[in-house]
Amino acid sequence: MYDLIVVGGGPAGLAAARAAAEEGLQKILIAERDGEPGGILNQCIHNGFGLHYFKEELTGPEYALRFVRMIQKTQVEMKLDTMVLDVRPDLTVSMIGRAEGYQVHEARSVVLAMGCRERTRGALAIPGARPAGILTAGTAQRYVNVEGYMVGRRVVILGSGDIGLIMARRMTLEGAKVLACVEIMPYSGGLARNIAQCLHDNDIPLYLSHTLVDIRGRDRVEGVTAAKVDDLKNPVPGTEFTLDCDTILLSVGLIPENELTRKAGISMDERTRGAYVFDNMETTTPGIFACGNVVHVHDLVDYVTLEGERAGRAAAAYVNGGCGSADARTIALRADGDVSYTVPQYLRLSGEDAGSVPVFFRVRRNIVEGTVVVRDGDEKVAAFTRKHMSPGEMERIALPLRLLGRVRAGELSITVEKVAS
Amino acid sequence: MKEIIREMICIVCPNGCRLTVDDSGEIGGYQCERGLGYARDETVNPTRVLTSTVRVIGGVHRRCPVKTDRPVPKGLLMKAMERVNAVELTAPVECGQIILGNLLGTESNLVTTREIGRAKEIISEAQAP
Repeated sequence: MYDLIVVGGGPAGLAAARAAAEEGLQKILIAERDGEPGGILNQCIHNGFGLHYFKEELTGPEYALRFVRMIQKTQVEMKLDTMVLDVRPDLTVSMIGRAEGYQVHEARSVVLAMGCRERTRGALAIPGARPAGILTAGTAQRYVNVEGYMVGRRVVILGSGDIGLIMARRMTLEGAKVLACVEIMPYSGGLARNIAQCLHDNDIPLYLSHTLVDIRGRDRVEGVTAAKVDDLKNPVPGTEFTLDCDTILLSVGLIPENELTRKAGISMDERTRGAYVFDNMETTTPGIFACGNVVHVHDLVDYVTLEGERAGRAAAAYVNGGCGSADARTIALRADGDVSYTVPQYLRLSGEDAGSVPVFFRVRRNIVEGTVVVRDGDEKVAAFTRKHMSPGEMERIALPLRLLGRVRAGELSITVEKVAS
Repeated sequence: MKEIIREMICIVCPNGCRLTVDDSGEIGGYQCERGLGYARDETVNPTRVLTSTVRVIGGVHRRCPVKTDRPVPKGLLMKAMERVNAVELTAPVECGQIILGNLLGTESNLVTTREIGRAKEIISEAQAP
């Protein structure tokens, strides 16, 4: 019997396991389906990781290595090349691995940290031929950075998520010509700094409100046709132009990988495509917690780590019998207006809470000089001003728990209002 | 009235502050000293940390990621890549190993950013193309 089984050995899972070990849990297992821990960080060789958490700028592999070394100092057991097949509500976990075959383990708590995967061409219904040379940006990143294969010479990037932007720079450094980044939305899905240091630095044009309307080529991609789209995202006739490329990289969104969560019967939030969670990252199934990109897609690994630590500490508290007291009051957080979701979706108050709870959310459009307003019915209980908010950047507010003690309604509304000029 | 002559996005941290430079050279829009420093450098001598990979022989992976341990002038990045591409390491590789010192006279070193263990034979066969 394990005190805790963590599903996934990426940044979220490593942080959760380490935090739980620090809280005194003795028997902790991380099941990781890859041959090494670290998850996606291992292929993210660029720098910019850890500015919040370590207060220094690290590359992805360096960030991962720090956590792997911390884990190695604990009693945490890691099964590599081992994929979890099933997590049951009674906290039994079945898995299959190269070394030990099929195994079923019982646990006192479970942390789900499976991360996310990329949306593919099949999810987009782009017209045109189906030749070789169409890859997701993350697949290309793995080929180029880990396995040592160059994926193309003349590249068009569809979508402007961070991985696509990072790969635009990476492919340029490796000698490829990146012709354009084509984004259907009127704004980029990536961080502003990545637009600057990946596209602007390399004079790569970003076509906003544009999409691909045709892909040509029999065996290999030979070119694409791009066009402007209208407000309903329909291509505008007469605006087409062609780009002669041999490769298309897709950076069109990430989907939390929640097959196990759904199979376990855990309630899912269709906006985040992750589980509903309480402020301690517990799902609606007692003893099962979730953290990182499997809950909602983050921009920064630093916040994934912090979320993982919260989940790990909460799992330890659950096992030690000190969490989810029966008399706790539940308050729902309701995303309103330009706020598209919140994580957590629920807060549990025990009445003597100190400190604050971080609430993450995204906005639906670019907002300059906005105020994030938290309301209890008609009453404003907190407000946070922001100079600039965009859908591509996750927002975070820290809700003071002492304020929440006074909340009368069963839910709090979170909206964004324009600051009156 | 001062006129904004240049706008840029700060890349020092993920906040992505929108920086401005006016015609008197005054910098605005930054939220920290590092942002101010970035804007100054960017107007005089823009620099970037270079990250890439080098070839590894006999490792569990065929590439080892590397970075420059300090930023190098933007104009030298492609030339630096020529040096990076000529490097060949033999596993095992430690994280933080200096593999090229004083890259192109910039006082920046090229260092490895992960460990690459030696491949057991079975693994290297399975990974060979």
